[in-house]
Amino acid sequence: MTDSSTVLIDARGLKKVYGRPGDKAGFTAVDGIDFQVRRGEAFGVLGANGAGKSSTMRMIACVSPVTAGSLRILGYDSGTDGARIRARLGVVPQDDTIDTELTVRENLLIYGRYFGLPWKVLRERSSRLLEFTRLSEKADDAVATLSGGMRRRLTIARALINEPEIVLLDEPTTGLDPQARHLLWERLFQLKQDGVTLLLTTHYMDEAEQLCDRLVVMDAGKIVAEGTPAELIARYTLREVLELRFAPGERQTMTDKCRGLAERMEELPDRLLLSTDNGEETLSAVHRQGVQPLTALVRRSSLEDVFLTLTGRSLLD
Amino acid sequence: MDTLARAFSAPAFRELGYWLFRYRRTWRGSIVISIGNPLLFLTALGLGLGTLVDREDSAYLHGHSYLTFILPGILIAGVMQTAFLEASGPVMQSALPRGSYRAAASTPLEPTGILYGHLMYWTLRATQNAVLFVCVSMFFGTVDPARAPLLVLIAVLVAVAFAAPAAAWAVTVSRPSQINAMFRFVVLPLYMFSGTFFPIEQLPVPLQWVAWATPLWHGVDLGRTVALGTATPYGVLVHIGYLSVMVVAGLYVARRTYRRKLYV
Amino acid sequence: MTAMPTGASAEIPLRPGRAWTMVERNLMIYRHTWPVLLAEIFEPMLYLLAFGVGVGLLVGDVPGLGASISYPQFVAPALLATAAMNGAMNETTFNMYGKLTTDKTYESILTTPMSVRSVALGEVFWALVRGAIVATVFLVVVSIFGLANLPEALLVIPSALLIGFAFAAVGLLTVTFLRSWQDFQLIQLVMLPMFLFATTFFPLDVYPRPVQVFVEVLPLYHSVELVRAAFLGTGGNPAVAVIYLAVLGIVALAVAVRRLEDTLRP
Repeated sequence: MTDSSTVLIDARGLKKVYGRPGDKAGFTAVDGIDFQVRRGEAFGVLGANGAGKSSTMRMIACVSPVTAGSLRILGYDSGTDGARIRARLGVVPQDDTIDTELTVRENLLIYGRYFGLPWKVLRERSSRLLEFTRLSEKADDAVATLSGGMRRRLTIARALINEPEIVLLDEPTTGLDPQARHLLWERLFQLKQDGVTLLLTTHYMDEAEQLCDRLVVMDAGKIVAEGTPAELIARYTLREVLELRFAPGERQTMTDKCRGLAERMEELPDRLLLSTDNGEETLSAVHRQGVQPLTALVRRSSLEDVFLTLTGRSLLD
Repeated sequence: MDTLARAFSAPAFRELGYWLFRYRRTWRGSIVISIGNPLLFLTALGLGLGTLVDREDSAYLHGHSYLTFILPGILIAGVMQTAFLEASGPVMQSALPRGSYRAAASTPLEPTGILYGHLMYWTLRATQNAVLFVCVSMFFGTVDPARAPLLVLIAVLVAVAFAAPAAAWAVTVSRPSQINAMFRFVVLPLYMFSGTFFPIEQLPVPLQWVAWATPLWHGVDLGRTVALGTATPYGVLVHIGYLSVMVVAGLYVARRTYRRKLYV
Repeated sequence: MTAMPTGASAEIPLRPGRAWTMVERNLMIYRHTWPVLLAEIFEPMLYLLAFGVGVGLLVGDVPGLGASISYPQFVAPALLATAAMNGAMNETTFNMYGKLTTDKTYESILTTPMSVRSVALGEVFWALVRGAIVATVFLVVVSIFGLANLPEALLVIPSALLIGFAFAAVGLLTVTFLRSWQDFQLIQLVMLPMFLFATTFFPLDVYPRPVQVFVEVLPLYHSVELVRAAFLGTGGNPAVAVIYLAVLGIVALAVAVRRLEDTLRP
């Protein structure tokens, strides 16, 4: 039954335009994208703010109508079977929309009632989920007393109350401290082990590398790359990056001297990044040119390099 | 007087500036309400309900029409209500961790300056309301133009007498429900049972004593006796004394609660 | 430890969320904040004491209602109708605006199988539950003071429910037009005159005829007529008021649900 090749989410030519239909001034947030998510996968959507990630997520959550294209989830059409699909989804929105008028446990109980689940089931399930998200001690506290990480975990517990087959996470760790992030990652990994399909957006590359089996990079409403993290690194960057740091004012002359030493070179205000297959060799070549940087560092290429290569360094907003 | 001198020093005016700047966005609505409220209350209660009351010609009204009787009551009670609302909700909001008092307190502005600046704002708003109310009253022909400025002064005194203790309390509050409760269970009963709509002389004697003890009655009675020309020097002195004690005590406590809340 | 025993969900059929769960949510909240309801009953009592009794001493009997009706008896049903109106309107304007904007409560509710229509109906239901509680307590208190004409006055409770429905729906429609908290001033600008003029404190015949016509159009006027007729057992014609309020409520609800759909599912 849990055939790993089953496609749970199938988007074709998916498009989202805000504003009235036919209105030329409408804003195109998602501009015709195709992707498939299979059962048991952790699928990532990467992109800068405004790239169209959240709009995509909202369409998959069936809370935002599709403007054009087709979107099938769990075999149903998102436009006509929204309620049936939502019954089997768990949603962790970007902002924690916890019910501040209720206590921690009451949040889980009432949210479960929205799914039509019986109280008896909910009482048992809420205790288990509070334990899973390490919130048991806070069960009867007001939501206002929770820290950012706890609120996030409560939102995740809430998203699991209906034992969903797919969990959507929109920037799950934005704004959390490192301890809170690691605890959250560990819980999400546990979910994945349990066979839950995860779909998450993020603009943290380390998060994507940690959690995602496969991912797409979005830019200006379009998908610009797709693959596993390793594939993307292999495809869009060379194996290593040499980072050279110079004294203020020296960078320009040094840059000119280094030109041609690497296949790709990127200038930052205080640094020079050289993409290369062998960092040490390139560094020797740099020294032979008589360039003496303040510091030199060879590191492996990361998803961050892929991302910046694909979407550019300048701010979008 | 030291307090007065400090109130007019520059820092407090910066806080006043903040509130006036915000007021730019809402002043139109606020003026419509300052004119609309007296118009509605005087028409509905003074003229409408007055038809029923004047038919009966109760001895407690001493021959005055109901409109003449309630006009000063509605002015003073209304000013009190507005003063409480302006000095409670916004003060609580401002003192919350993301509130505007917090931003002001991280500048050279002292808590006392913040308090006095905000108090000046309430005073200006009360003056606006009272002036517009008295102007509307002129159309009903029941206020002697010569006494109108006195009514405005009394209204402003009542506003400050209630705003100061309200702010002293509200700055310590953290939930809007507490302010709602205070409004419903304290302010509203004061509003209705301080001789605003009916003379307290018709109440049983023990209840009259209760009414005399409440602060709003002193404001209402001061406004009414001045408006009707029946004020006695002794009565005026007692009323003004009572209200002044509220101002001084309110500010004394507010200076402490503001400091304690903003400098933790 | 496993959070998700896969397959367990197969035993429990997932039913679509229904409007009633919104009432369950509110009941759960009111377990902590029930004094709010107390305050809602306290306010009309206060008005009844101040106006019915205090001003009543200045008024005597109300002319033009046939049998001699004391002023408190005249004011009490109007205050009940007003309380039913305010309770319902507050719930679907003030409280709902907070849930729509700052709290984003509905955003999370709508990620479940709940539909916008269920949410809207649920909030209206809740306004009715509240209205029924307030009306019952008010009726009990005024009956103790011998102001109500029992058992005919029991009709006050279904009347309060109808008023609650009509104004909850109107509030629901209103909230879809609000742009900021400042706009609540505008609501007050309509509600306050309606409260003062809809024969709450004095009968219709004190007005000149053109003003009477204007008052007769107000929804609160019909609400007061309905409750007063039940309360005093004086008859009148409740059919007009019932039809007026029912039609107002149904039309407002239908338009409101459509507009909410656009707001909540952009």
